Amino acid sequence: MSTYAQKKGFGATVWDYLTTVDHKKIAILYLIAGGLFFVLGGLEAMFIRIQLAVPNNDFVSAGLYNEILTMHGTTMIFLAAMPLLFAFMNAIMPLQIGARDVAFPFVNALGFWLFFFGGIFLNLSWFLGGAPDAGWTSYASLSMASEGHGIDFYALGLQISGAGTLMGGINFLVTIINMRAPGMTYMRMPLFTWSTFVASALILFAFPPLTVGLFLLIFDRMFGSNFFDVANGGNTVIWEHLFWIFGHPEVYILVLPAFGIFSEIFATFSRKRLFGYSSMVFATVLIGFLGFMVWAHHMFTTGLGPIANAIFAVATMAIAVPTGIKIFNWLFTMWGGSIKFTTPMLYAVAFIPSFVGGGVTGVMLASAAADYQYHDSYFVVAHFHYVIVGGVVFGLLAATHFYWPKMFGTMLNETLGKITFWLFLIGFHLTFFIQHFLGLMGMPRRIFTFLPNQGLDAGNLISTVGAFFMAIATLILLYNIVVTSVKNEKVGNDPWEDGRTLEWAIPSPPPFYNFKQLPLVRGLDPLWIEKMEGKKTMTPAEPLGDIHMPNNSFTPFMISLGLFVAAFGALYREDYHWGVMVLIAGLGITLLSMFVRSVKDDHGFHIHKEDLLNDDDKGGKA
Amino acid sequence: MHVEDKFTAETWPAAPEKQTLEGKNKFLGFWLFLGGETVLFASLFATYLALKDKVPNAEHTLAKDLFELPIVFVATMLLLTSSLTSVYAMYHMKNFNFKKMQLWLGLTVLLGFAFLLLEIYEFNHYVHEYHHTFTSSAFGSAFYTLVGFHGGHVAFGLLWIVTLMVRNAKRGLDLYNAPKFYVASLYWHFIDVVWVFIFTVVYLMGMVG
Ligand code: HEM
Ligand SMILES: [Cu+2]
Repeated sequence: MSTYAQKKGFGATVWDYLTTVDHKKIAILYLIAGGLFFVLGGLEAMFIRIQLAVPNNDFVSAGLYNEILTMHGTTMIFLAAMPLLFAFMNAIMPLQIGARDVAFPFVNALGFWLFFFGGIFLNLSWFLGGAPDAGWTSYASLSMASEGHGIDFYALGLQISGAGTLMGGINFLVTIINMRAPGMTYMRMPLFTWSTFVASALILFAFPPLTVGLFLLIFDRMFGSNFFDVANGGNTVIWEHLFWIFGHPEVYILVLPAFGIFSEIFATFSRKRLFGYSSMVFATVLIGFLGFMVWAHHMFTTGLGPIANAIFAVATMAIAVPTGIKIFNWLFTMWGGSIKFTTPMLYAVAFIPSFVGGGVTGVMLASAAADYQYHDSYFVVAHFHYVIVGGVVFGLLAATHFYWPKMFGTMLNETLGKITFWLFLIGFHLTFFIQHFLGLMGMPRRIFTFLPNQGLDAGNLISTVGAFFMAIATLILLYNIVVTSVKNEKVGNDPWEDGRTLEWAIPSPPPFYNFKQLPLVRGLDPLWIEKMEGKKTMTPAEPLGDIHMPNNSFTPFMISLGLFVAAFGALYREDYHWGVMVLIAGLGITLLSMFVRSVKDDHGFHIHKEDLLNDDDKGGKA
Repeated sequence: MHVEDKFTAETWPAAPEKQTLEGKNKFLGFWLFLGGETVLFASLFATYLALKDKVPNAEHTLAKDLFELPIVFVATMLLLTSSLTSVYAMYHMKNFNFKKMQLWLGLTVLLGFAFLLLEIYEFNHYVHEYHHTFTSSAFGSAFYTLVGFHGGHVAFGLLWIVTLMVRNAKRGLDLYNAPKFYVASLYWHFIDVVWVFIFTVVYLMGMVG
């Protein structure tokens, strides 16, 4: 079952991907699925901006607008940004620490399929009676009043995909703790690995509250409980707490890996060691820690009282300190470096002012008293798009260009890449900068239209024009991907020529066992150290020997499929008599698949030394 | 040392659950998972405390009139003892005494099963005597969700341990299944710890008022 003697037919390739447990292939699955959802979420964004381009527009109805808006936010956060980050974590992190795979390859595949089926389930709502319409935050007072099954799709879909994310988080943590190559101490780990580590810890502790919140929502809407039913003693503020105890760490789950990506890019293209490495690590951990203490800044106007508001305001502002440390370290990394403005580097440089803009408005919002004015206005929309697009999406686009050759063995076209960058950068600021002022002038968020001559017309039109710039930029990126894949010009180990970390020491794409011999790590930026001593490759830390690899498996797909089926049962339980049967059948499929996994021994297989020697022309030397 | 190796009581390593890389990963991964589970139950506890005794009108029974110490005390004793028997099982696992390990695991399962039966009886009692149900009030929803989640964990643990026992009944211990047994017993302890909190927060504090 090795990729070794693989048949190359189409069916065989599909089957290979359905059953794969290889972190590099799972990364590609995440990239494709996350990319599709990103395009979908982008389309929804375009519909939003078209509707708001002019006053009194009727491009979509009020109800449909709510659905589009909700699905835009939910899709972008849960089904686009996080999976795309997971794509790069999967593709790169194990290589950066010199590992042959992640700790739990099987669970890795399971995590992907859960996310995928959850996402599909959520989006099927469009065809099955209407999408959720209570916003991505789905506040209980709205979601309990929402008719139809939209919210049920939201709750069940996110529950399934959230389980996948949680597994991914645990997997990355164990991988980083247990599977580092000889010499790869914690304080020699590349920053992207560090940020993956901290983000995974955040996932581990932030997702369970969401799980509970979603369960309460599912129980209330589908099984008659009263958590949010005030008439029966319920309390809707519980949802707000649970959601934001998850929700604020979530924004750091998104942005920390992006910070990690930028740290790699700054060092690589400044051709300098990252400035203040240890303070960067410290700041990352501190941000992760503080990220759990600030959730109530989303609830300043809920009425928790002045003392709670004051504490959460101060805690929130404190996060600006470690963030500032990072900003200065990036600037000092570039200072005196010999900078190459490649596409990834352009994104990195543009990220700094864009993200700082979002940080500044964040601190403004953190002043609880002032937030009574800003809250639920376009000012907040501007804030979080500055941090999420300026931070996370820029990071993802940068990573796409930066790591493409490592994942696919061929370079994206740099000229097209730079065109994408400029269009996206201009479009981004055009769209969201003006929204600060729209908000300050009183435009509430989540409205489907507005009246003319209230000072909002020009701003909204400008914002929509900007959105089209970003859409065109995305299309050019897709075109770039197609052209590049068709040409398919192969590149070597280190296509950017300035690689510093282990992933650049092995072929692009790497052989399925990654490292023929585990490398010996002698310091931070291990490949750079070898290069400085005139060597081209890493020194191996072990003699050539057999390599143990995990078997492919179809079980992850089946476990996830079972939950997907069960979700339909839960959803239609009260409408149709077959609902219960489907629920039980689905859970049965899942439990049975888990049972099979449990009783069937899976020892994996060995690649023999002799085969590795024959494999020499394919490279793979440490 | 290798997964497929055969062992005797003399060659069996001191920490068999952590001899292979897979075992080490499983061990650590499971501890982390329990960290996440802790947050999950913490969220359920918080929800319960927020909704305790929150009922629509005065006809609904409140915590102080609902719970009765004897039955909960017996349940607690059953579960605590089952934790102890699983410790013995692991003791024998480490000594490569497969038969005794199975015996103590079997006892653990029996005790866990008795606990579950008692819980079902208890729930049934509340529903029929007091009309305290999952849908009757926010209090009811929160109570059954918290305690039910725990009960669900117990049921899953029983299935899991029985599966392990049956699957490995014929072949004894090796480095492939030792981590599996170990992790299952960790899970069992975790369930027990959660119950201690339920006993305190839900039942003892509930009876005080
Ligand atoms: C210095 C750092 C930051 C501070 C002080 C800060 C502060 C705040 C505050 C106070 C709010 C609530 C505003 C309101 O609803 O009235 C808010 C909203 C938000 N922030 Fe930030 N923030 C910071 C960084 C970030 C980052 C890094 C991200 C994401 C990567 C982010 C994403 C969001 C999102 C998504 C919302 C809106 C959520 C919603 O209501 O839908 N923030 N921020
Ligand atoms: Cu926040």
